[in-house]
Amino acid sequence: MTTASEPTTAIANPPVEALESNLLPSDVVRISATRSPPQPDRQLTKVAKLIDVSKCIGCKACQSACIEWNDTHPELEANVGLYENPHDLTPEMYTLMRFTEYENPEGDFEWLIRKDGCMHCEDPGCLKACPAPGAIVQYSNGIVDFISENCIGCGYCVTGCPFNVPRIHKTAHVAKKCTLCSDRVAVGQGPACAKACPTQAIVFGTKEEMTAHAEERIADLKSRGYENAGLYDPPGVGGTHVMYVLHHADQPALYAGLPEDPKIAPVVEGWKGPAKTVGLAAIGLAAVGAALHGLFGRANVVEPSDETAAEKLVKSGTSGPGEGA
Amino acid sequence: MTNSWTDIKNTDLVVIMGGNAAEAHPCGFKWVTEAKAKRGAKLIVVDPRFTRSASVADYYAPIRPGTDIAWLMGVIRWCIENDKVQWDYVKNYTNATYLVNEDFGWEDGLFTGYDPETRNYDQSSWEYQIGEDGFVRTDPTLQDPHCVWNLLKAHVDVYTPEFVENVCGTPKDRYLKICEMIGETSAPDKVMTSMYALGWTQHSKGSQNIRGMAMLQLLLGNIGLAGGGMNALRGHSNIQGLTDVGLMSNLIPGYLAIPRESETDYATYMSTRGNKPLFPNQMSYLQNYGKFMVSFMKAMWGDKATAENGWGYDWLPKLDIAQYDALRMFDMMANGQVNLYFCQGFNPLLAFPNRAKMTEAFGKLKLLVVMDPLETETAAFWENHGIYNDVDPAQIQTEVLELPTTCFAEDDGATVNSGRWLQWHWKGATPPGEAKTDTWIMANVFQRLRKLYAEEGGKAPEPILNLAWDYADPEEPTAEELARELNGRAIGPVHDPADPAKVLVEPGKQLSGFGQLRDDGSTMAGCWIYTGCWTEDGNMMARRDNSDPGDMGTFQNWSFSWPANRRVLYNRASCDLSGKPWDPTRKLIEWDGQKWAGFDVPDIAVTAKPGEVGPFIMTPEGTGRFFSRRLMRDGPFPSHMEPFESPVENPLNPAMRGNPVARMFEGDLAQLGDRSEFPFVATSYRLTEHFHYWTKHNRVNAVLQPEFFVEISEELAAERGIAKGDRVRVWSKRGQVWAKALVTRRIRPLICDGKPVHVVGIPIHWGFKGAARKGFGSNTLGPFVGDANIETPEFKAYLVNIERAEGEVMA
Repeated sequence: MTTASEPTTAIANPPVEALESNLLPSDVVRISATRSPPQPDRQLTKVAKLIDVSKCIGCKACQSACIEWNDTHPELEANVGLYENPHDLTPEMYTLMRFTEYENPEGDFEWLIRKDGCMHCEDPGCLKACPAPGAIVQYSNGIVDFISENCIGCGYCVTGCPFNVPRIHKTAHVAKKCTLCSDRVAVGQGPACAKACPTQAIVFGTKEEMTAHAEERIADLKSRGYENAGLYDPPGVGGTHVMYVLHHADQPALYAGLPEDPKIAPVVEGWKGPAKTVGLAAIGLAAVGAALHGLFGRANVVEPSDETAAEKLVKSGTSGPGEGA
Repeated sequence: MTNSWTDIKNTDLVVIMGGNAAEAHPCGFKWVTEAKAKRGAKLIVVDPRFTRSASVADYYAPIRPGTDIAWLMGVIRWCIENDKVQWDYVKNYTNATYLVNEDFGWEDGLFTGYDPETRNYDQSSWEYQIGEDGFVRTDPTLQDPHCVWNLLKAHVDVYTPEFVENVCGTPKDRYLKICEMIGETSAPDKVMTSMYALGWTQHSKGSQNIRGMAMLQLLLGNIGLAGGGMNALRGHSNIQGLTDVGLMSNLIPGYLAIPRESETDYATYMSTRGNKPLFPNQMSYLQNYGKFMVSFMKAMWGDKATAENGWGYDWLPKLDIAQYDALRMFDMMANGQVNLYFCQGFNPLLAFPNRAKMTEAFGKLKLLVVMDPLETETAAFWENHGIYNDVDPAQIQTEVLELPTTCFAEDDGATVNSGRWLQWHWKGATPPGEAKTDTWIMANVFQRLRKLYAEEGGKAPEPILNLAWDYADPEEPTAEELARELNGRAIGPVHDPADPAKVLVEPGKQLSGFGQLRDDGSTMAGCWIYTGCWTEDGNMMARRDNSDPGDMGTFQNWSFSWPANRRVLYNRASCDLSGKPWDPTRKLIEWDGQKWAGFDVPDIAVTAKPGEVGPFIMTPEGTGRFFSRRLMRDGPFPSHMEPFESPVENPLNPAMRGNPVARMFEGDLAQLGDRSEFPFVATSYRLTEHFHYWTKHNRVNAVLQPEFFVEISEELAAERGIAKGDRVRVWSKRGQVWAKALVTRRIRPLICDGKPVHVVGIPIHWGFKGAARKGFGSNTLGPFVGDANIETPEFKAYLVNIERAEGEVMA
């Protein structure tokens, strides 16, 4: 079969004609709660979305495009004295502009605006934490996708995520997050947010191209006095398929608590990785340890008791970036 | 815009002042990011608030609302003092060398000729010295104390950096840094662009704010150049087009004037128009005024317009006063002088100041007809919505008719963008329900009216009975038919003036440019500046060739740009005296020895040799004006005036309130607040998430910005005991609103006259209809006074008070 062209950048308008899909179930390289990962016979080019915070004007066109493309229905909230609306990521709002007021050491004021959402980690903590077979997959181009029909809404992915991104839908009981518009990428298009972005602060393409584009942007920022401008592509999660250009790459936490060095929580690594025999009590989860114990010997299949345990886990989970920003 | 959106990519320095392009024009703002990314351009933002534009700026400075003139005159002073002047440009392309009447002067913030009784200037001293030859006298050495240059120097002398800091609240170090950045663009190969919007127009001296920057741009030699110019960012989709075809109550299409009552016949009307050149050989393009006017009247009345009847001049309405602008109409309405009001694509209950007065005005109408795609607050002004529209329907007798119209995506037509591009669009959806195009509605009203006049007669029936109405379906002229009519066509043979035997355009053919218009009745054109938009070659507005051979963003084959498909106005000034571009990397046109040619349509006769004709062909002198002439009611130079409601006195003249010649209706003066009662400065603005009062009807937009809020500094919040997210009451002399408080460090108290001035930011987007939460607009609070020249309401600077509101929760 002929495959569609790989996605080009959002800078060069992708074709509008319907293209044949290039992202197929057979391109999945990792599947949650599945022992033997698939071995696709081809490798897609790695893709990335690059968000240049220094070009972002916080217009929320990305949020609007995300709502429309994914046909979600976020609640009409109140104004609570913030520009963030909705106030946080929700199961109906996969991306969110977060606004931070910052006075730099020179005394100049800055209004830092960061588009929050799934980072599409190369080493996805959500997928590793997920106990539901096939609920979370990763394609060979790097996109991490939630497959709702396989999702049990346990919320383990929330704990597994170092960026506090997935949200559990209260009525549908499934986890929701940005899909990097895998359905658009599959036909050679870029994500809806990139398409809508008026200043090309959001661009999309191969990870290699995006990294090169970021270098140009960083050079420009350095020429304007942002000595610590840099690329956010954190190695602790194997790099990400959503990257940021930051004016202050030495202080990512300035941007509404973007983690300095995100890593998959030890509990998740301990559970799924080679150290799985380490007792859960030792890593601070004695309360749920008993319930989780049964998972160790087999693929992650969830019993009702696990759900209860998971809920407790979620409730006791650490608060992540952005909360209360 | 003198230039175009796409041209902004060519600049070295963007100054956003009097606007907030990233917030209110996010799509156009992409050209700023393009200039920054590709040209290394810098962005300066000057605004009372640290805005979304400021968030991506290289440098920001705060300013107290309503003090832009002082700020800009200070920059001009700094540039002169530091020799940051494009001298060749100033001496040759501006009126700097012209001599002005010796009687002209300026004192105590006022120019010569002021009459406090009539609140008007006698402008007779604001004139050039005219020599015996009938041409203006000049002093090319700039020595004469009465030459414009020396008058300008004297005029700006008071605006020292200290004066600016004291009046505007802009810290001196920040101000001087910006002066330096701006001053660099006086080099012939450096260019600055000015992007402004309602932040400059919505003042009682809005026109003078804009003139201030235009003068600075002339001083720096930045008008007419790629990447330069004065760029007004229009606030409504197609408001540029509406202005072009006669939005102003004193204008007919193409910026021609509606006659005054005193101009009793066409010859009298023309006697003060078609300006004679002030220099030998100068073009003074408006000498062609009669051709545009006769062609317009031929478009109106066809065969009925003849040389004998002055082309139907008698049938044009005549103004008994300067203008019936919206403020005047609503004042008349409030006084019971208006019976019937057609409100088309307009939501004045939320858009015009002093809402209580607006509500009173609508309640005195007999009939209000609202044509709109949405359910507007204006149409529902009589409904009670609790605190959000606290009226008693039983007391209102006005009959309201709502006629649902199509919106832009539901019909064909052209939309004119800020850069004067007429871009054709095609219907994308079928209108819902009984919605009809505005054209259908107006045509049907007209047909019925004409029938009544034909059958029953009436006073002055000729304008109605004689109106040309040659459309295939008289009940619904199509967009194509109307566009062809605006463009114009030959009625009789159009002859070549150089060779009368030669016929340039055969009868019935579409004209290809306004150079073909005639004042002998052989042509018709509804709007002369649009001629060329629909020629014999078809619909030029529908062109979509995005090739750009010079890479100058001039896109000659993309849509049609008025006038004459020209993308950069005054582009002759982009070249030096010999006709070579000041900056070869920014070539728009150049003189090739025989003619002007390049990547844009030359703004000069293509064969006019360099040096023979000045570059500003629309003025009789051919130059740009530091000293304006006959056009500004409030002075030939901008002079600092405080807003009508101000936290401080005018240091130039403490007794002067607001703009001394701005119109104030009886009763409105008493409704002005005083700083003792209303200590804080309010300023209104838009948010990216919404478009005016439309998008609150859309669920997605409503989610992104759901509820009315006001923005205040941490300092003011502390002073008034207000916390983030609190409900607050904001009130002015004219009304009160309730809002959520957004407490931010993006607004800081400004130190003016030694005292802190607090700013309260009030976005405009909420009402009592639509998907968003119910709220208010800033118009509830704003003063009923407008700009002295064009009557744009003073929404950007007025006084309020604020307190934490107890009790009632927002509905």
